[in-house]
Amino acid sequence: MRVTITVNDTEQRHEVEDRTLLVHFLRETCGLTGTNTGCDTTSCGACTVLLDGESVKSCTVLAAQADGHDVTTIEGLSTDERLHPVQRAFQECHGLQCGFCTPGMVLASVSLLQENPSPTEREVRDGLEGNLCRCTGYQNIVDSVLTASREETAR
Amino acid sequence: MIPAAFTYHRAESVDDALRLLAEHGDDAKLLAGGHSLLPLMKLRLAVPELLVDVTALRELAFVEDAGPEVRIGALTRHHDLANSALLARAVPLLAHAAGTIGDPQVRHRGTLGGSLAHGDAAADLPAVVLALDAVLVLRGPDGTRDVPAAEFFVDFFETALEPGEIITEVRVPKQTAGWDFQKFTRRAIDWAVVGVAVAGDAVALVNMGATPLRATAVETALAAGAPLAEAAERAADGTSPADEPAASADYRRHLARVLVRRALENSRA
Ligand SMILES: Cc1cc2nc3c(=O)[nH]c(=O)nc-3n(C[C@H](O)[C@H](O)[C@H](O)COP(=O)(O)OP(=O)(O)OC[C@H]3O[C@@H](n4cnc5c(N)ncnc54)[C@H](O)[C@@H]3O)c2cc1C
Ligand code: FES
Ligand code: FES
Repeated sequence: MRVTITVNDTEQRHEVEDRTLLVHFLRETCGLTGTNTGCDTTSCGACTVLLDGESVKSCTVLAAQADGHDVTTIEGLSTDERLHPVQRAFQECHGLQCGFCTPGMVLASVSLLQENPSPTEREVRDGLEGNLCRCTGYQNIVDSVLTASREETAR
Repeated sequence: MIPAAFTYHRAESVDDALRLLAEHGDDAKLLAGGHSLLPLMKLRLAVPELLVDVTALRELAFVEDAGPEVRIGALTRHHDLANSALLARAVPLLAHAAGTIGDPQVRHRGTLGGSLAHGDAAADLPAVVLALDAVLVLRGPDGTRDVPAAEFFVDFFETALEPGEIITEVRVPKQTAGWDFQKFTRRAIDWAVVGVAVAGDAVALVNMGATPLRATAVETALAAGAPLAEAAERAADGTSPADEPAASADYRRHLARVLVRRALENSRA
């Protein structure tokens, strides 16, 4: 089938198999490999992207379901070489080590802060429940999100 | 993991979806949030030939005040149940339980109707609608019928849905009494090992048998005036929980008694 998905403000019009998963569409059809596949079973959150502004696990969404909708991947967050505040906070607070979970963590955090701009530490931990990190122990990730929230609300 | 090949069709209306289901019979499946169906398809435990996507049918996504009850469209997502001001006021048990499902990403996709139709005894909302004495509205080729939650869950992943039928809405009486929801999980985002929903004197159990169950022995004891702790001792009566390496049947029966006591006490605090 033919799908038209606006990915990072660019219209992506492609012929795909009906069974194509959104994560494969993004990585293989669009060549946007910033979105990682980890578990492939809706558990780890590495494949998290924004669908119409909300976090979803793209290994469990069909490209067909996103037809006509907006998708934001990690590649689309920064504009004109300026990092998104959440990306900047991850850098400043050392919110990553190997970086594999980071695109998903950042997008889940962006969605979380959109819904709750000033979360408590508990709310950050609950809000990132769907994202696993094998490296950081989460402490610096939580600090990153809290820092981004303070910077955003201070502006 | 990639699902077996199928044809995708986006339904334009409920009638369009009903027509496709009627035409294609067992080869067709409705796709709502896809957060139970797509994982099964990726494992090839489900291999439908036609997927009828109903997510675009926004007329089935609503939460409406209808006097003594709240009407909820089947396509209302867990996220929207959890964030509904009307539900927080009128049916807080449902709003709260929806907010404990999976993680935010799962709640952005999964729907009330999908969760009930899937009929998983380990899922939260089936037990919640059972405790709340909700009524499911089903539409099929021959019209519409109302099915009380108590008659909807038939057996292991089996519901009263007939082939070709769609859940269109769920009608939930407004809560007037105390409530609580207990969900015991081993890790973040896991399904409940055992869960308990209490609404007034109604007590329902998650994952204590092939279907969600009402803890009738507890309810009878409460009606006879038994103290809460004593009534809670009856929580596992008449249940048949799964016996698994991660949680034996005995362990689940113990959890049920503890969680029912906690839920009853919290609901009356
Ligand atoms: C990682 C993860 C964690 C989860 N954790 C939990 C949890 O803690 N608790 C919990 O309760 N659930 C949990 N779930 C399941 C989740 O709630 C699902 O979203 C839900 O069970 C199915 O809803 P859906 O809209 O995604 O349905 P789908 O997957 O689209 O459909 C499920 C089934 O219902 C049928 N169907 C869908 N809508 C209708 C309708 N309106 N009428 C008739 N049939 C219909 C479909 O044909 C299919 O057979 C989890 C899922 C995942 C992936
Ligand atoms: S790859 Fe999608 S959740 Fe792990
Ligand atoms: S930084 Fe390595 S998995 Fe999170």
